[in-house]
Amino acid sequence: MWLYLLKRLVLAITIIVIAVTLLFLMIRAVPGDPAAVLLGPRATPEMKAQLHEQMGLDKPFVAQIATFFGGLLHGDLGFDVFSQRPVAEIVFEQLPYTIELILVSILWAVVIAVPLGCYSAIRRNSVIDQVTGVLSVATIAIPSFVMAVYALLIFAVTLRWLPAVGAGNGFWDGLTYLILPAFAIGIGWVGYISRLVRASMLEILGENHIRMARSFGISEWRIVARYALPLAILPTVTILGVGIAWLLSSAVFIEVVFARPGIGALIVNAVNTRNYPIVMGVVLVTTFLIVSATTLSDLVNAFLDPRTREKL
Amino acid sequence: MVSVEAIRPEPNDAMATGAFRTFLRQFRKNRLGMLGAVLVILIAAIAIFAPLMITHDPIRIMVGPRLAAPSLDFLLGTDQLGRDTFSRIIMGGRIPLLVAFASLGSSLAVGLVLGLIAGFGPRWLDNLLLLVFDTIRSFPSIIFALAMIALLGPSLASVILVIAITSMPIYARVVRTQTEALRSSEYVAAERSMGAGTTRILAVHVLPNVLGPLLILVSMDVPAVIAVEAGLSFLGMGVRPPTPDWGAILNDGYSYINQTPWLVIASGIPIVLATLGFTFLGEALRDIFDPKLRKDL
Repeated sequence: MWLYLLKRLVLAITIIVIAVTLLFLMIRAVPGDPAAVLLGPRATPEMKAQLHEQMGLDKPFVAQIATFFGGLLHGDLGFDVFSQRPVAEIVFEQLPYTIELILVSILWAVVIAVPLGCYSAIRRNSVIDQVTGVLSVATIAIPSFVMAVYALLIFAVTLRWLPAVGAGNGFWDGLTYLILPAFAIGIGWVGYISRLVRASMLEILGENHIRMARSFGISEWRIVARYALPLAILPTVTILGVGIAWLLSSAVFIEVVFARPGIGALIVNAVNTRNYPIVMGVVLVTTFLIVSATTLSDLVNAFLDPRTREKL
Repeated sequence: MVSVEAIRPEPNDAMATGAFRTFLRQFRKNRLGMLGAVLVILIAAIAIFAPLMITHDPIRIMVGPRLAAPSLDFLLGTDQLGRDTFSRIIMGGRIPLLVAFASLGSSLAVGLVLGLIAGFGPRWLDNLLLLVFDTIRSFPSIIFALAMIALLGPSLASVILVIAITSMPIYARVVRTQTEALRSSEYVAAERSMGAGTTRILAVHVLPNVLGPLLILVSMDVPAVIAVEAGLSFLGMGVRPPTPDWGAILNDGYSYINQTPWLVIASGIPIVLATLGFTFLGEALRDIFDPKLRKDL
């Protein structure tokens, strides 16, 4: 386990280092003066000269990358010339809104999907199983932003049951503002997770230790909850680790549709105004989030299921 | 000298049609797959024959009143510039299909080559390529796409390039896994013992075995690509106005959602039908040809 932990962490760090290097090269690959690119069209010659010095563009290439990484290690993501504030400050100010949205979305999806998946596995080919089977494929396929705009049209504009845009004030008010966005992101996950739980549950229910438990006369629901579910939940844990990338992607659209604060809205705004430091800041922070999440889910998986440790 | 070819049964027309019949029989039983196939054929036909089906010039403004409800003259109403929504929706299907074709096609070609190199090349190169694939996969796709568009400027070409880059690693990984398995298989060893070179082994033995699963994977990615294209155009980062595109029309509808629901309704439904159609079709193809495919990843 310790060896696996070490190997996995080294891999994660390597990936982050390569990713940052690639992003660094991407900015440099854009034709023209990188300082001018980073500062945008409204930059004055003095600002360019200052940034030139800051970025050390006169130094050799290796030294440039080293300085870039050095800054990152100190949490320095660059400086936003428009608002005259550090990029890190702006990104981390918006990040909690996105995390909140993602967590609420995935939480309601898991709460609905896991029992649904268990039920579908036990009552296989029942009406509910078949209906969720078709609906899950459908809800996974429909893009979250279409779902969001339709939800907005039906529940906020036509029926006026729920607030349309913004984040609300206070906890309970904020929660009503979260309902539609969280629905739009989570609905696809309900289908996905319930199918995943169903599939692994069916596999596990056929195994010997479950047959043994049955022969002892333990009730079916107890077998599922006590012996099968802890194993059947494993693929979901892995998927959630990888899924943070998908969740972040849908959050971009959902934040724009519902005019919510968050890093998705932040980057869309930054792209529209050509504010490169903010764009890069968001990419760096989200990449770090994704690598951390996949690493964590791999480690949790290895801890729960020793068989996966040998793969690396 | 007797080659391995002589021992293998010659594929002839009778066998080929037999396999195709079996496929058709299995496919007909898959109701969702049939529905998907019908939807896909319909959407493709509409995209191809779009110029014959439109009732108004999709780009001309003020052919009717602004934001009108559906009528006999304007089947799906008009948008904020008085353009005919029906004609714009019909023409709007061409962009997502073009983007899917161009981006997945180039992604497939690059992924195939890199995967073959990783699977058949030296160990260090394999490790290096795997690391690069993993790195690209760790970028948050939409956010990465937005960053690329910020650097390259919003255009259809940027969208195609970004989708091609982000979908490549998965194809390359699948090709690599399969190539590595075939490399150590007995018939490849037999072929090599008879003096076949790497090129022949790759072209005759590895490629045909790898191509099938790869094409199924690609077909399953089409709905995701349609969604990404529509999404980026929805954000105003894809096609440039006044080009008609489902995502762009949805954005118009979103801006005027308080005045009229018709733009949103008219542009959302084709996006949903297209993604559903390709998903059902892709899943059916996978279930018939290679149910274990996703586990290779």
